Amino acid sequence: MANREINGEGQPPVLTVNNLKTHFFTDEGTVKAVDGASFSAPAGKTVGIVGESGCGKSVTALSILRIVQKPGRIVDGEIILRRADDAEPVDLAKLDAEGGAIRAIRGGEIALVFQEPMTSFSPHYTIGNQIVETIRLHQDVGKAEARNRTIELLRMVGIPRPERRIDEYPFELSGGLRQRVMIAMALSCNPKILIADEPTTALDVTTQAQILDLLREIQARTQMSVIIITHDMGVIAEMADDVIVMYLGRVVESGPVDEIFHRAKHPYTQALLRSIPSIFAAPRSKLPTIAGSIPHPHNRPAGCPFHPRCAERMMGKCDVHIPRLRPVSRRQMASCFLYHEPDEAPIT
Amino acid sequence: MTIRSNSGAPLLEVRNLQRFFPIRRGLLRRVVGQVRAVDDISFHIDRGETLSLVGESGCGKTTTARCILRALKPTAGEVLFQTGAGEVVDTASLPKAALTPYRHQMQMIFQDPFSSLNPRMTVFDIIAEPLLASGIKNRDQRRARVENLLERVRLRPEFMQRYPHAFSGGQRQRIGIARALALNPSLIVADEPVSALDVSVQAQILNLLLDLQDELGLTYLFVAHDLSVVKHISDRVAVMYVGKIVEIAETDQLFKAPKHPYTEALLSAVPKPDPRLRSERIVLQGEVADPAHPPAGCYFHPRCAHAIDRCRSETPPLEEVLPGHRVACHRARELSLKGVDAPPSPHPQQLRTL
Ligand SMILES: Nc1ncnc2c1ncn2[C@@H]1O[C@H](COP(=O)(O)OP(=O)(O)OP(=O)(O)O)[C@@H](O)[C@H]1O
Ligand SMILES: Nc1ncnc2c1ncn2[C@@H]1O[C@H](COP(=O)(O)OP(=O)(O)OP(=O)(O)O)[C@@H](O)[C@H]1O
Ligand code: SF4
Ligand code: SF4
Ligand SMILES: [Mg+2]
Ligand SMILES: [Mg+2]
Repeated sequence: MANREINGEGQPPVLTVNNLKTHFFTDEGTVKAVDGASFSAPAGKTVGIVGESGCGKSVTALSILRIVQKPGRIVDGEIILRRADDAEPVDLAKLDAEGGAIRAIRGGEIALVFQEPMTSFSPHYTIGNQIVETIRLHQDVGKAEARNRTIELLRMVGIPRPERRIDEYPFELSGGLRQRVMIAMALSCNPKILIADEPTTALDVTTQAQILDLLREIQARTQMSVIIITHDMGVIAEMADDVIVMYLGRVVESGPVDEIFHRAKHPYTQALLRSIPSIFAAPRSKLPTIAGSIPHPHNRPAGCPFHPRCAERMMGKCDVHIPRLRPVSRRQMASCFLYHEPDEAPIT
Repeated sequence: MTIRSNSGAPLLEVRNLQRFFPIRRGLLRRVVGQVRAVDDISFHIDRGETLSLVGESGCGKTTTARCILRALKPTAGEVLFQTGAGEVVDTASLPKAALTPYRHQMQMIFQDPFSSLNPRMTVFDIIAEPLLASGIKNRDQRRARVENLLERVRLRPEFMQRYPHAFSGGQRQRIGIARALALNPSLIVADEPVSALDVSVQAQILNLLLDLQDELGLTYLFVAHDLSVVKHISDRVAVMYVGKIVEIAETDQLFKAPKHPYTEALLSAVPKPDPRLRSERIVLQGEVADPAHPPAGCYFHPRCAHAIDRCRSETPPLEEVLPGHRVACHRARELSLKGVDAPPSPHPQQLRTL
C-alpha cells in the first residue's frame, strides 16, 4: 500500500487506516463524511489531521474508536491495529461496535481526548473517582492502588497539589486544568495511541502552549503514537511529523510536515496556507482568499470536490472525474489531476 | 455633559473606564465581592483608524466593548464620543434616553453569525429593520438602500428574499455587516467577528472589513484573541490582562518590540504556521489571575519571569516609554524582550509551486 511508505523507515505503524469510508444515511440523503481516508500512525510520532469545518476529521476519529452514532456507519475500508509484537493485527473496522474486543481497546490501547472536557466528565463524581473507575475497568488493581496511580497521573500532567485536587469536581477546575485531567484519564491505561481531537481549541494561547508542551513531553517519555486533529495550521506546524489534509471527507494531500508547509502540491493545501492570517504579515495587509465557501454536505460537487473553488481546475476533467490519492514525490501524496490522469471510468 | 470639540479630537476617547460586577452570595444575595472586569482603562481611537483589544478569555474585552456602546453602564469613567455634528458627548454619563440620537453612529458586529440573525426574517427585513426604525417609511427607498448595502458586502441582491439558514457562515457574517452599516455609522465595534469562521472564509471577511474601512472611512474597535488576525487588521493594538491595559502601541511596534513581559509571552505562544520555526517558546506557568481576587501589585507578577520585590506590592501605571507606546511594567525601560520578526525567508507558499 503506497500510503504505508509515507512513514517510511522503522517498524510497522501501530495503526494503519486504509480507504476508510464512513457515511451518514440521513433523510435528506447520504453524507459521505469520510470518503476514502488513508494514513498510518507510527509509534513515537505524531500524525496531524487538518482541514476546515465538516471535512470529516472528528468522524475519522470516531470511526477508529467505533463510536460513530447512527445513522452513520463504516461502509468500507480497514483500520488495522498492531498490538503486542507477537499478537495478530486486528481490523477495528470489522469488530462488533458493541463487543468486548473494541471495548477493551477503547480507553485501553487507544485513548481519546477532545475539545470540551466538561462534557466527557460526569458532573456528579469527583475527577478522582472517574479516573479510578477507568483504571479499574481496564486493569485488575485494587482501589487504593488505583487512587495512588491517579494521584501520580495528575502530578504527571502538571496538576498542582494532586492529593487535594483528586477530590474536586470537574466544575471546580479551570478549562486548562480540566483538559489536563482529561489527558490524565486518557493516559491512565498506558495507551499506545492517543487521539486528540481539537485538544486546545477551546483554550487560550498561553494555556494551549502548556497543553501542547505536555503532549510532547508525554510522547517523548512513553513513545505513544499521537493523532492530533485540528483546523489550526499553526498547531499542525508545531506538533505533527506527518500531515493529512482533508476536504469534504477526502484526503487531498498527505506527507511529512515540512513538505506540506514548504512544498504543498494540492491547490487546496496551497490556497489554505496562503489564506491563513500570519503573525508575520505587514499590518493592514490583505490576504489571498479561496473563492466561495465549503459546500453543504448534501450538495457535494461531482468530480474533484474542490473544483468549484479551485483556480487550477480543468473543466471536462476536474468536474467529471474523481482524483485519487497518488504519490507526487517520494514521501508525499496528492489527489489532483495536475499530477495524474483520471482513471478510465469516471464513476464512484 | 456636552463639550464643544476642537477638530483634532479623536472619534472615541475612553478615560479611566471601570466596570465591576457584584458577586452575590447566600439567601439574601448579599454582595460579598466585586469582579473587576474592566479596571481603570484609558485609550483613544482616531477617525478612520482600527484599534484592536487583545487578551485572553475573561480579560475584559467584551465588557469594554459593551460599555462603549452603553449596552452596559460603566461603574466609573468617561466614554467621549465625537458625534456627526462635531460635538463630544460622554455616553457613560448621559441618561439612556438622551443617547438615542447617537446610537446609530456606533454599531456592533457580533461573533456568532448563526445566532445573531433572526431565523424568521428575510435578509431584506434584517437589513432594512434599522432603516425602518430610523424613519425611512418608503419601501422602495429601503429596497434601494438594502441593494446597495448587499453590493457593498459583496452579496448578490437576489439574495434579499432568502432566510438566514440558506447562507454559509461567511455569508451570514456579511449580512450582519450590511445591517451594521445601514445607518452610516462612524464607529464599528466588532467583537470576535471572524473567530467562528473557517480559515478560508476568515480571510474573505478580514479583507472585506479593510475594504469597507477605505471606502467609507469607518473607525473600528476590533476585539479578538487571535494575534495573527489582529496583525492583519489593526493600526494600533491594546493588550489587556485581568481588566487592565498592560501595553498599547502601533501594531508593528508592539509585535516587533513588545515592552511588557505578558505581551512577549503571548506572542511567543502563538503557534507559527511553519514547522521550521519550531523553537523554544516561553510557556507561562500557572493561570490568569481571578478578576475577583487579583494579586497585589502588578497583576501579572505571579507568572512573570522578571518580577522583582517592587512588583509584588506596587501597581505599575501605564506610562509612555516611547512616543505612542505605553506600557504598565516597572521594568519596561530596562528589559529587552523578544517580539516576532519577519521569518528568515519569504514563506515558500507565497511563491507558486507547480
Ligand atoms: N450524526 C450525524 N448525522 C449526519 N451527518 C453527520 C453526523 N455527524 C457528522 N456528520 C457530517 O459529517 C461531516 C463530517 O463531520 P465531522 O464532525 O467529522 O467534521 P470535522 O472535520 O470534525 O469538523 P469541525 O472542524 O467542525 O469539528 C459533516 O458534514 C457533518 O455534517
Ligand atoms: N454579567 C456579568 N456578571 C458577572 N461577571 C461578568 C459579567 N460579564 C462578564 N463578567 C466577568 O467579567 C470578566 C470579563 O469578561 P469579558 O466577557 O469582558 O471577557 P472577554 O475578554 O470578552 O473574554 P472572552 O475572550 O472569553 O470573550 C470575566 O471574569 C467575566 O466572568
Ligand atoms: S483535481 Fe482539478 S479541481 Fe481538483 S484540485 Fe486538482 S486541479 Fe483543482
Ligand atoms: S511590573 Fe514586574 S511583574 Fe509586572 S510585568 Fe513588569 S516586571 Fe513583570
Ligand atoms: Mg470536529
Ligand atoms: Mg468576549
